[in-house]
Amino acid sequence: MSVLYAFVAAGLFGCGLYMVLSRHIVRMVLGLSLLTTAVNLALFQAGRIRTAQPPLIVEGAERLGESADPVPQALVLTAIVIGFALTVILAALTLRAWRSDGTLRSDELRSAQDLGDPLAPGPDVDH
Amino acid sequence: MDGLAVWPVIIPLGASALTLLLRRWPAVQRSVMEVAVAAMLIAAALLLARTSGGDAIVMKFGGWERPFAVTFVADVLSAALCTAASVVALAVAIFTRADVRRRRRRAGFDPLFLGMLAAVNGAFLTGDLFNLYVWFELMLVTALGLVTIDRRRAQIDGAIRYAAMSMMGATFMLLGIGLLYGETGTLDLMHLSTTLAGRVPSVTLSVAAYLLLAGLVLKAGLFPLFFWLPASYHTAPISVAAALAGLLTKVAFYACLRVFVLVFGVGTGTAVVSGLPPLFALLAAATMLVSVLAAIAQVDVRRLLAFHVVGQVAYLMMGLALASQQGTAAAVFYTVHTMLVQTGLFLGAGAIARAAGGYDLRVLGGLIREHPRFSVLFAILALSISGVPPLSGFWAKALVIDAAFRHGTSGAGWLVAVALITGFLTLYSMSVLWTQAFWRPRTREGHRARAIPTAMVAAVALLAACTLGLGLAIEPAVRLSRVAAMQLGSGAVPNGVPSVGRARAPR
Repeated sequence: MSVLYAFVAAGLFGCGLYMVLSRHIVRMVLGLSLLTTAVNLALFQAGRIRTAQPPLIVEGAERLGESADPVPQALVLTAIVIGFALTVILAALTLRAWRSDGTLRSDELRSAQDLGDPLAPGPDVDH
Repeated sequence: MDGLAVWPVIIPLGASALTLLLRRWPAVQRSVMEVAVAAMLIAAALLLARTSGGDAIVMKFGGWERPFAVTFVADVLSAALCTAASVVALAVAIFTRADVRRRRRRAGFDPLFLGMLAAVNGAFLTGDLFNLYVWFELMLVTALGLVTIDRRRAQIDGAIRYAAMSMMGATFMLLGIGLLYGETGTLDLMHLSTTLAGRVPSVTLSVAAYLLLAGLVLKAGLFPLFFWLPASYHTAPISVAAALAGLLTKVAFYACLRVFVLVFGVGTGTAVVSGLPPLFALLAAATMLVSVLAAIAQVDVRRLLAFHVVGQVAYLMMGLALASQQGTAAAVFYTVHTMLVQTGLFLGAGAIARAAGGYDLRVLGGLIREHPRFSVLFAILALSISGVPPLSGFWAKALVIDAAFRHGTSGAGWLVAVALITGFLTLYSMSVLWTQAFWRPRTREGHRARAIPTAMVAAVALLAACTLGLGLAIEPAVRLSRVAAMQLGSGAVPNGVPSVGRARAPR
């Protein structure tokens, strides 16, 4: 079970990395969101997958019994929210870029590169 | 009085919420922001005064004991960096009086700026690894809002590159944190340090360390993952670029210190993951050379300075690469110095652009005629980053190189050579910048420079005075940075962590 789970996370991570390398920004955004999902799965696995028993330490016992560690589950919740927020911001930026530049290919979006480009011809000056 | 440790975060966070409510009244918003920044500086300075003796303040949330509670730990390192960040914030706040007008304030400059300051201080003060990650993300979100505040095309483009790369970095960091938790069952930095101290090296720990390194190197802007930084910083409004240059990459380096010195024991004799310091040295040397050569090729002042931001982080990394207490102490001093000077240079660039109407070095010239005093202020900052005595930049470089000679590993000689060459090239780059902007005759006849607002000069003067003061008061500053490095390495904290493991399922 754990091995299968790990392979699913690794597969998602690989797909995410492949998509992030794309020149198309929407594909890159989707890739990043896949990456965060894969990491969340890995984080969840850090608490082990066990029974549905609640994580309470029995009176007198030193250790948690058969249930899963609840801390990673809390971490995953936080990470999901953060990943979602960042994906939304990135999507909003992408939409804005599409409206202003009319392209979503990262090599055609050049306005940041063109600002103060040292290779561009300089302005006229009389020395 | 353990609560003092949270004030540098609570004040800007509360003020951020308040300024959000006051969006309709930009003047009130600005006053609240300025008061909050001043109060934050006072809180940080008090914290530094309280901790400078060598005692750390530990604040446990929710009344739990360590390592179960999420903690805020204020030791000398955290307090000193909070203070430096607050001084930077104060200078930027003064500068924005002349640079950030109603339209930007209505667009939400003040809440975003205060939110970023809260995140920066939170990252400096937190004692919990996952909490550190959360502050990093808050920093990223607010920084993206600040970069795109004018909604220009170049800003959107720059922000996409910045956001995408930073999200990648965050992903690697989070995966590293998850693996580390799975292996140790704790996220408290001090407890991680004690748990890992006697461990035999394992694949999981190595992978976690290298994943954290990848994420932090990306966020700190080191070779080969720094290209997002000069691709985005120059598009932001200059006050924002100044704040980002002074704060964000340094927070990432601070996280490197905490994670690699405290948790993984680099340079403390208890290293659990081998091979890190030589890799740090390679990263530092490559970053230095690439960034300074790229800086020399630039003609836009903001892009030139952005490459120097990258180059200076490399010196910090060099201090860490020496894997010794002296190296760490030098890196701590260098961090404080570079926060002040980078911000000062960016703010100075803003003032130059206000006077001359642009950032293009090919057009600038002759500013010394109308602005002799400002040209001296800018020269102080430019000389400081190049490492000219008696400014703090000289001591920072001297300390790192001294540590490399005396306490570094045997192969540190080539690193020193690279650092010296880079220092020389930085001096060259800064001389070109200063002479082209101020010294050479005007490039356009009949084109007089405009006046620079007092607020802009005051902000640059504040930071120039700081670098000069830090250079003159070198004795106490070095002593403090040694205490910080010692605390970081030994993990000496009062009411230390009991040696109980976190309750967890057996394997």
